[in-house]
Amino acid sequence: MNREDFPMLLQDIVYFDNGATTLKPKCVIDKTVEYYEKYGANAHRGDYDISYKVDQEYENTRRLVKEYIHAKYLEEIIFTAGSTESLNLIVQGFFANLLDPNDEVLITKSEHASNVLPWFHLANKKGIKVNYIPLDDNHYVTLENVKKMITPNTKVISLAYITNVIGDIRPIKEIAEYAHQHNIFVVVDAAQSIGHIKTDVQDLDVDFLAFSAHKMCGPTGVGVLYGKKELLEHVEPLILGGGMNESFDNEHEVYYKELPARLEAGTPNIAGVIAYGAAIEYLNKIGLDTISEYEKKLRKYLIDKLIDIPFIDLINIESDSGIVTFNITDIFSQDVAYYLNKYNICVRAGSHCAKILKNEVGVTNTLRVSLYFYNTFEEIDMLVELLSDKEKILKEML
Amino acid sequence: MDENIKREIILDHYQNPRHRGLGEDDTYKKVNSNNESCIDNIDLYVKIENDLIKDIQFNGEACAISTSSTSIMIENLIGKTIAEAKKYINNFENMVNEKEYDENLLQEGIVYQDIYKQNNRKTCATLPYVGIKKILDTYPEEREK
Ligand SMILES: Cc1ncc(COP(=O)(O)O)c(C=O)c1O
Repeated sequence: MNREDFPMLLQDIVYFDNGATTLKPKCVIDKTVEYYEKYGANAHRGDYDISYKVDQEYENTRRLVKEYIHAKYLEEIIFTAGSTESLNLIVQGFFANLLDPNDEVLITKSEHASNVLPWFHLANKKGIKVNYIPLDDNHYVTLENVKKMITPNTKVISLAYITNVIGDIRPIKEIAEYAHQHNIFVVVDAAQSIGHIKTDVQDLDVDFLAFSAHKMCGPTGVGVLYGKKELLEHVEPLILGGGMNESFDNEHEVYYKELPARLEAGTPNIAGVIAYGAAIEYLNKIGLDTISEYEKKLRKYLIDKLIDIPFIDLINIESDSGIVTFNITDIFSQDVAYYLNKYNICVRAGSHCAKILKNEVGVTNTLRVSLYFYNTFEEIDMLVELLSDKEKILKEML
Repeated sequence: MDENIKREIILDHYQNPRHRGLGEDDTYKKVNSNNESCIDNIDLYVKIENDLIKDIQFNGEACAISTSSTSIMIENLIGKTIAEAKKYINNFENMVNEKEYDENLLQEGIVYQDIYKQNNRKTCATLPYVGIKKILDTYPEEREK
């Protein structure tokens, strides 16, 4: 779908690494250029027309994000550099102050490094405990397994909405409902879900949500931290300086601005945020339901073909996202990626930043095909044809 | 050397790597070889006695180029003195980095002669050398004579 919107696709490539980042449509690229060419001033500063225009565009993106995730208030949308920064901000700026030694955080072994290492850091620094919700045979999280792991010390459950290797969609709404009955905070890493399935933070009732623009057709270097207003009010700014203060005289008289400015110190990625608005409008126009449905069809088409190839070990046969993870028996994943690269097919090999997942699935490195709406059935045919001849792989991978 | 023969040698060392193992005892020094740009990860176990490389074993998960290069490197380094080993390594790295090198010293290492043409695989071919150099560099210079 919509391939003509993507300048990158004018090249002779098959892009199957959408889990890493998505391609950008022309309208997003144009919007970036528009800012630099037409009103390239700073935000929240000047008293002249083009600066006013910057503010309007910048805040328009905030409004678009708010609607996109159905947040209640504009101030609940904080612009960051991406999911990683958002997660760090919430762990360091909120939970570091709130949690006591021996308080427990629940994650899983299929989380991305960005939802693991900030918690490990707190564990090392503050003595909190990081525990793992066991995964079922499909490597899924179930509410039952969440319940089993909850103790009186459990204070936070921090999960990806969709994981980046297994591609499972977590039952976040059910988990959040149960967690809140037990006064447990729910943090959601929406990096892999945000451009693929609908997100309604009020319906899900999550406390914090982190995501990146670049995984939903937006620019790199922009992300969002959503938090319920009453919680965000208590997030301590980790970056201090211009843009976030109201006034200061000496070290005892410093007054910070209200949300969201308080958590957005310094000149932000203005071009990025403005172009991000164009990305959201673009996805809205196609419709997330249309995207999800199409991805499911693509995935099923690919799985049905791969499953017939005897030397392919599929890691996640089931899963509702566009992520398909597998290995060719006895061939190192990176060699297969090199082989496909010779045919201009871009897939990812490795552990995909989920380094503790190996303990669950029994393999360290895999190949990952991650689909998006501009991928086609013909592209999948090409991939499958190349993968179905092991002799050819061995011959050409070097 | 003919391209097909090179490929066969590489595949043979990949599919049947020599000297896989974990080092039998603590006379082996362990060193890790990895690099940032790829996912290969190899441990080397090196036994050196009186300036002589008695044995090397390796273990880990790595691509065809890294694995075969490790296997070939080990075959070539066992039995060499530290000075001879350093010379071999230097010569091999010169080949990969398109500097002058002596073909006659390389043995099967010559199969990576053209690897410089694939930039993203150069680091695979030299991966085991990262680790072995770490160990050899702990031996004082004067013993190289
Ligand atoms: C599940 C998940 N969380 C977090 C991240 C980090 O996103 P970013 O690198 O944009 O901060 C990623 C990116 O790969 C991801 O897949």
